[in-house]
Amino acid sequence: MSFDANMAVLRVESLSKVFRRYSSEWHRIGAIAGLGIKPVEVHRVLQGINFTISRGEAIGIVGRNGAGKSTLLKIITGTLNPSEGFVQIAGRVSAILELGMGFHPDLSGRQNVYHSAGLMGFTPEQIAEKIDEIESFAEIGEYFDEPVRVYSSGMQMRVAFAVATAWRPDILIVDEALSVGDSYFQHKSFKRIREFREMGSSLLIVSHDKAAIQAVCDRAILLEKGQILKDGAPEEVLDYYNALIAVKEEEEEEGIAIEQIRTEDGRIATLSGDMRVKLRKIALYNRKEEEIEIVSVGERVTLKIVIELVEEVDELVLGYMIKDRVGQAVFGTNTFFMERVLLRPEVGRVLEYRFSFDMNLGPGSYSFNTSAHAGSSHVAGNYFWLDNALIFEVVNVDKNGFIGVAWLPPELEIEDVG
Amino acid sequence: MKRLLLSLWNYRHFIVGSVKNEFRTRFIRSRLGAAWIVLHPLAQVLIYALVLSQVMQAKLPGVDSQYAYPIYLLSGMVVWNLFAELLGRLLTVFIENANLLKKLAFPKLALPLVSIGSSMVNFTLLLLAMYLVFAFLGHFPFRYILWLVPLISITLVLTVGIGLTLGILNVFVRDIGQVLTIVLQFWFWLTPIVYTIDIVPQKYRFLLHLNPLSSIVEGFQSVLVYERSPDILPMLYPALFGLFMLGAGMWLFLRAKEEITDVL
Repeated sequence: MSFDANMAVLRVESLSKVFRRYSSEWHRIGAIAGLGIKPVEVHRVLQGINFTISRGEAIGIVGRNGAGKSTLLKIITGTLNPSEGFVQIAGRVSAILELGMGFHPDLSGRQNVYHSAGLMGFTPEQIAEKIDEIESFAEIGEYFDEPVRVYSSGMQMRVAFAVATAWRPDILIVDEALSVGDSYFQHKSFKRIREFREMGSSLLIVSHDKAAIQAVCDRAILLEKGQILKDGAPEEVLDYYNALIAVKEEEEEEGIAIEQIRTEDGRIATLSGDMRVKLRKIALYNRKEEEIEIVSVGERVTLKIVIELVEEVDELVLGYMIKDRVGQAVFGTNTFFMERVLLRPEVGRVLEYRFSFDMNLGPGSYSFNTSAHAGSSHVAGNYFWLDNALIFEVVNVDKNGFIGVAWLPPELEIEDVG
Repeated sequence: MKRLLLSLWNYRHFIVGSVKNEFRTRFIRSRLGAAWIVLHPLAQVLIYALVLSQVMQAKLPGVDSQYAYPIYLLSGMVVWNLFAELLGRLLTVFIENANLLKKLAFPKLALPLVSIGSSMVNFTLLLLAMYLVFAFLGHFPFRYILWLVPLISITLVLTVGIGLTLGILNVFVRDIGQVLTIVLQFWFWLTPIVYTIDIVPQKYRFLLHLNPLSSIVEGFQSVLVYERSPDILPMLYPALFGLFMLGAGMWLFLRAKEEITDVL
């Protein structure tokens, strides 16, 4: 991935952050005063972070709790200072992590807007220009001139979002905070964020919601233990992240491998797990038992998955999931949901699973991923997990035209009732 | 340093707005609003005056008024009130705004400036109330009133110097806040506000003059009670002490400003 350095709005270079612990806070003060006192513990939260964001680019940051996401955002926003390295920003950053921050309960919404926007560095004249727009965007009616203490949390959040986005920033940082508020306002917020992007704002989103990241972002960055583990296309990074969250602490010490293989058609297949169960084959068949890669809408198909039991497992669940071109889940199930869990299957056996169903999907390119694990999801114990295991195409051969990802053929009656 | 001042200048509207907001909120939820700002110290003066006026009356030579002692008390109390209030605010200014500091990027020094602004508003009101009371008692000390400007400036430098330093240390070691409440009680009685310095035995007077606030309070009393211009020489000590503390506070701030948000 190459970037025009002139187009970069944000450049993070060899950024590190350490938090120091001293045996007493007086020692910290001594260290600040330059007495050369050493901390008892140096906790490295971020280490050697490098990345660039171009104009108009949307980047999702994922990572487990404690991976350093918030610290990174705070450094970019400017509330924390890096211990090493630097952050270079061309333009104004606005962060929606401070939603509802610093609202004074006794002041009215309007007065609080002046206060908050002042805190963002705007002059009263600049705020006066935008105040009507902020009021109409928040849509809280006469409450705007009531004290904030009588607001519901949703109303506070509306006003806060309206202020935070009243001026188009060059970089908009969106934390998970956005998931609050009713769905009407959420749609409205996302619309505004999209508009900003079209006007050239870059976007930095932190979320655990993979679907949201995949829907919005051009690129994703996976943080793990304060370092960038993966930086690339959202689908590739999210598959890797998905594999990573299954790796449990103990396994981590044994060094579980997560592999990413580039398949013939250029997709990245991610394989992870402890390989106690091995995938032999995965393929799609039509009614005539022919192996196929192109399926017509509504066609009856059989997905065959052949696995080998390499080592002893207590519980065996096999599952698959169909994802669309951008990696959104379309349908997934497993033998746990289907109540066909195998308990202590015999080691060395090879099993063939056959799932037959009608391919009621809209035209497009899809992929299967498949996994064998214990329990209802792969988090409980991951034997193997393969993303992009099988790619297939759905084409519309014999049906009327339609749009969308699902094939839900209606029966139509038209009756003259008047 | 220049960049720091420039960024604060850019936040001038915010600072002024915050001072206004703080003043405004006093009226929203209480009927007497700003009156409470002056009622509290005036009540204190009244109590001391009632309890001690018989004892102290004889000790105030050179003042004609029969209300000499309440006038003396009030003059000292306005300065003390400014000092104690601003010190209290500065002590907790970073802790109380931890949420803002953690979530928003803005010049941190804007917060102590808001504290100074609010305290000055209160002080001005108290000063006006004091002159009203004086007028009521038939005392009109306007002759040397301009002297109040340098006296207040020295008070501010001293208070901000001590307050900023302690406010930063308080972020790291919270005990400082607790200790200061006790220290302030002693400090009040080690300052010639309720009594005159003459009643202290000669050999202990130097102790009172180690207290940088003593000369300032005496300066206020010169202007407001005795209607004299204050002695300049004794002012050097609090001024220099204040400047030193202010320098120390700024130095500490510049070194600690990054760790402040790490620890909050």
